Amino acid sequence: MAVQKLTIAKALNDSLRKALEEDPKVLIMGEDVGKLGGVFRITDGLQKDFGEERVIDTPLAESGIVGTAIGLALRGYRPVVEIQFDGFVFPAYDQIVTQLAKMHARSLGTIKMPVVIRIPYAGGIGAVEHHSESPETLFAHVPGLKVVSPSNASDAYWMLQQAILSDDPVIFFEPKRRYWDKGEVDVEAIPDALHGARVARTGTDITLAAYGPMVKVCLEAAAAAAEEGKSVEVVDLRSMSPIDFDTLQASVERTRRLVVVHEAPVFLGVGSEIAARITERCFYHLEAPVLRVGGYHAPYPPARLEDEYLPGLDRVLDAVDRSLAY
Amino acid sequence: MTVESTAARKPRRSSGTKRPAGAASAAKPAAATAKTHDAEPQLVQLLTPEGERREVADHPDIAEFAPYVADITTEDLRGLYRDMVMTRRFDGEATALQRQGELGLWASLLGQEAAQIGSGRALRDDDYVFPTYREHGVAWCRGVDPTNLLGMFRGVNHGGWDPTTNNFHLYTIVIGSQTLHATGYAMGVAKDGADSAVIAYFGDGASSQGDVAEAFTFSAVYNSPVVFFCQNNQWAISEPTERQMRVPLYQRAQGFGFPGVRVDGNDVLACLAVTRWALERARRGEGPTLVEAFTYRMGAHTTSDDPTKYRRDEETAAWEAKDPILRLKAHLLATGGADEAYFEQLEVESEALGKRVREVVRSMPDPDTMAIFENVYADGHALVDEERAQFAAYIASFEGGE
Repeated sequence: MAVQKLTIAKALNDSLRKALEEDPKVLIMGEDVGKLGGVFRITDGLQKDFGEERVIDTPLAESGIVGTAIGLALRGYRPVVEIQFDGFVFPAYDQIVTQLAKMHARSLGTIKMPVVIRIPYAGGIGAVEHHSESPETLFAHVPGLKVVSPSNASDAYWMLQQAILSDDPVIFFEPKRRYWDKGEVDVEAIPDALHGARVARTGTDITLAAYGPMVKVCLEAAAAAAEEGKSVEVVDLRSMSPIDFDTLQASVERTRRLVVVHEAPVFLGVGSEIAARITERCFYHLEAPVLRVGGYHAPYPPARLEDEYLPGLDRVLDAVDRSLAY
Repeated sequence: MTVESTAARKPRRSSGTKRPAGAASAAKPAAATAKTHDAEPQLVQLLTPEGERREVADHPDIAEFAPYVADITTEDLRGLYRDMVMTRRFDGEATALQRQGELGLWASLLGQEAAQIGSGRALRDDDYVFPTYREHGVAWCRGVDPTNLLGMFRGVNHGGWDPTTNNFHLYTIVIGSQTLHATGYAMGVAKDGADSAVIAYFGDGASSQGDVAEAFTFSAVYNSPVVFFCQNNQWAISEPTERQMRVPLYQRAQGFGFPGVRVDGNDVLACLAVTRWALERARRGEGPTLVEAFTYRMGAHTTSDDPTKYRRDEETAAWEAKDPILRLKAHLLATGGADEAYFEQLEVESEALGKRVREVVRSMPDPDTMAIFENVYADGHALVDEERAQFAAYIASFEGGE
């Protein structure tokens, strides 16, 4: 059957399985990805079926994982690397930024770096320190990297395969608190472009732009606003580098208002870039300044405080009201 | 502080060097590491600073390695000598070009010719090299046109050669990073079932980096066919090796479960032998090896630093007596392997190289302005496209506008 109802986790697992089946050069690498199937079981069963040479349990060393993935890519492999949690990517940040991102450019296009780095990211699961961060801006800011985040099962399934097929390094942020959300996946569909935004809900009064875990919050906010007679459009950005400003601009030209929502700190975040660019592009269309809703300029708080830290329905709706009040 | 001030860093001379019994057995890889408590680290040496061949009969410590250069003919020795002379001449020209403002920076290899030529000539064409930014001699051995090395130092590119043409990766400036790339590449070689090997160059300073330790870990647990070739040139910019390590560098390998060997890095023959030995281990599927080439950087770290601020003239002078080129010349002269005419002819040849390098560098065109936007991504990127168009329009606004 072409259309299946899958959790995001299962969609990712199926996606990896398909990639391993279709290209013998695809490798899975990371801590615990083999026998355990990853701490979130995204790679569950893959080592059993594809063997230890394809699904590689690595030493617990993130720089080593990414650095050796670079070497494997130089040898013609297409490594898909798992970093266990967002906060653990930083030991590998040097390899990602100084090596992986620049290899193609400094080789004048000779070298391709088809490396995918999967990172379960963002909060909402009550985890301990370093297990709930949203560092996407730090990667989106780096030329040479592409940064994406699916918000639903279908995108999880398709975007991961597209990322693996890409000759560019892709940082693939998986919204870990949505892993168990179910959605329809048409495994025979023609997928959307990897870096295209998608209008997830149409509306006429205001646009909410989000990605990853916040798309669901924004859709809930739009539903709640509809009960108050407000028509909210929701754009799922899907990609943070590059950002599909054309789709976003078209939406804002229709609704004339924009609120950007993400879990990452607002300061210098993806929302800041969007606010600046949409202001440039849509200055004469805007009825209100672009507003941002997101995390604070503070370390990610202890789990008992994350409901206050993370943008929820009320904070999003409050921003909608503020925008509409202009 | 000087090199001679600590026993751990004192170079061995020709006499009295003994490897522990059973050391360096290919069948017992871990045994190749010398005793941890050695006050005087072992130093594999085949050619003394005076240019005399050390024979196995008198020096059983080299029995493991000497066979790896048993095939080297007098003509081969002249070839190694020529490689070192040409490399030094090229390096000297680059230093001069930097002083003349033609290069923004230069990292000289002066003094490290034997380590690089010896190891570089040990490689097969299908082996793969991951250099740091000072491996001009290795590049020479790989057939990379030396002028191609200068583009990045002149500021016209970040590389300048296709790494796959000569299996010589681009220079890597963040120290130690490339040891992981080499390890990953070697993992791929093993997956492919190939019998080629990989060699990663790095320095004593880089050995302090976590990436090098992680490369050791990964290569050990995956038994990867990689040789870690550390040129311990005694100084990491201004930091002496005692700021990098408390035990001889080659002994680190033992903790990771593979052999480490210290070789006289100013002895081209010993470097050739030990690297061949390590490469053969890799090809046989016996995993990684750490080779510490004990050598000396006779010049500055780069043209931006001033060694007179951090090291003594006496130290440099002591190492000059161990000059890798002079010792092979002494050997060739003493054995009749070459005569003065040969050296004179080589002088002419090296001068021609210097002239060519000078001319090529001075004629290197600046890259096209729009190159800023080229090759940022393989598959394209909307933001780059947008900025390229904006920049092109900005540039065009000047044309015909005045």
